[in-house]
Amino acid sequence: MSKATRQAFGESLAKLGEQYPEIVVLDADLSKSTKSEIFAKKFPDRFFEMGIAEANMIGTAAGLSFVGKIPFLCSFGCFLTGRYDTIRLSVSYSNANVRLIGTHAGVGIGDDGHSQMGLEDIALMRALPQMGVFQPMDAMETELLMEYLVKDWKGPAYVRLTRQNLPDLYPAQTPFRPGKLLEVLPSSTPPEVIAIASGAGVGEAVTAAKLLAAQGVSMSVWNAHSLKPFDDEMTVELAQKARLIITVEDHSVIGGLGSCVADALATSFKAQAKLVRFGVQDLFGQSGEPAELYDLYGISGAAIARRVTEVLPQLK
Amino acid sequence: MRCVTVNDADRHSHAAGKVPGMINTLSPQALSLLANELRLSILGMLTEAKSGHPGGSLSTIDILTALWFKEMRGVDSPDQLKTDRDRFILSKGHAVPALYAILAKKGFIPESELKNLRRTGSPLQGHPDRMRIPMVEASTGSLGQGMSVAQGMALGLRMNGKQSMIYCMIGDGEMQEGQIWECALSAPKFELSNLVVILDSNGGQIDGPVEKVMPLAPIVDKWRAFNWNVIEINGHDMNEIVAALGETRRAYESGSKKPVFILAHTVKGKGVSFMEGKIEWHGVAPKPDENLRAQAEIKTAMQALRQTS
Repeated sequence: MSKATRQAFGESLAKLGEQYPEIVVLDADLSKSTKSEIFAKKFPDRFFEMGIAEANMIGTAAGLSFVGKIPFLCSFGCFLTGRYDTIRLSVSYSNANVRLIGTHAGVGIGDDGHSQMGLEDIALMRALPQMGVFQPMDAMETELLMEYLVKDWKGPAYVRLTRQNLPDLYPAQTPFRPGKLLEVLPSSTPPEVIAIASGAGVGEAVTAAKLLAAQGVSMSVWNAHSLKPFDDEMTVELAQKARLIITVEDHSVIGGLGSCVADALATSFKAQAKLVRFGVQDLFGQSGEPAELYDLYGISGAAIARRVTEVLPQLK
Repeated sequence: MRCVTVNDADRHSHAAGKVPGMINTLSPQALSLLANELRLSILGMLTEAKSGHPGGSLSTIDILTALWFKEMRGVDSPDQLKTDRDRFILSKGHAVPALYAILAKKGFIPESELKNLRRTGSPLQGHPDRMRIPMVEASTGSLGQGMSVAQGMALGLRMNGKQSMIYCMIGDGEMQEGQIWECALSAPKFELSNLVVILDSNGGQIDGPVEKVMPLAPIVDKWRAFNWNVIEINGHDMNEIVAALGETRRAYESGSKKPVFILAHTVKGKGVSFMEGKIEWHGVAPKPDENLRAQAEIKTAMQALRQTS
């Protein structure tokens, strides 16, 4: 089974809407794409179509939150976070209890090309005080994250979701531990390499781990659903267990997961491992087949495995 | 459409329906006198702070006085933060000394705090901060944003079954921001007749006269074309201000479906002869001797008002 995290989000939001009447939803003419339309059809009185005007949507959501609502506002990640100054003042500085939902993460959207791809949204949102930044890896984790964001999270949060289907990877019977790294693929022997991945990157890391295992290289894979707060502690612990840490994400390595891990390792006196960051390397996106783009940008499982085998001998 | 009944999720209010609070009976002359007293306070705090925006603070104060001391309901004591109340958002956040003067007069800020405006550690930030001061409903200062927040509150309070009015003051330079026009489109769509946007049209902005920097005319035609109920007033004539605000509430209560736009013609630096209409007083605080001269002028005007009332 595989599902796009935007789809899992839309279904989960409609379900949570039954239990939480304070949830309201806003969209900027993309409800079919963000999947907020599932909620809109079920609760038309609590859905606001704002038209193609994201800044106004963001401010309106802040105002709704100030009178007790829990607004989810939805658009493509690049369009939403592109209205940065409005998020910075009306949401972040104001501690508005809103959930910003940015779909169409990364080059993984394929055909539509750069202008529609969220590639620096995590970087932008991480820089804002009080803002939580989350990216689930599959449908199950999206559902768990949504529950957490409605029941327990207070203040602003950004959630990054994919257009494309992602494989089911969340381990069965595993409680959701907010803000913590989660091991999704242990290695059979003590790992030489540990991958920390997020969103669509987790599936690619798992593919890479399998390819590497066939070549006798052991790699375990950890998932980061929370880019802020980030699990520095476990990251540093992992960096004492392997010679090489890699990060995998469909986002710019500048300010994304790659930066989260680099920050944690560079500011630790204990971490020994070297770091290689797989992601979009200070480049624009482009149109193409998602799988081809993942190869081109070096973030497909095969590209990751190839690069790891090139790097490892240099560490011996 | 007005009272969409959902579970009352408004953390701050419990009783549905009409906003409580006494209708203030201050006469227009008494309000003008009060506005001038607040002008003294504005000039005093700006002089202490050695920076800030006198021009736009003085142009707004007559309207703000009418709102806070006559028209708005439920804004008289701190316990009303937990109950139904009308709300005010100062989208042109740089005029915040005017709001601080009012909140101090009402007891939401200690008078003694006013001298700490813009000082490290003071809750009196250079621009409004909703996390630090009660009754400041939105953090503003990056122009163009407060109106959308006001719209969100108007939507949410209507959903919660409240009859609160939401007032938002914007500046004329601020109208150049795109987000203003996004909201100008959306508020009529949602039939937010509980939303009142007041334009403090003082004609000046940092780089020069508004009509040279980026012309806005014809303002009335534009907002009418966007389906707003537009009222045009002299923003320093207390009779006109009070009448317009009263008309707005009556329209809401009698089932109007349109949001209201009040075009208030004002004078930058109003009340101080050497500041009036001078763009150089947009963002420069008076020096102590200038403050003394200004205070003397305002006190003379207050004397004259007392004699006519």
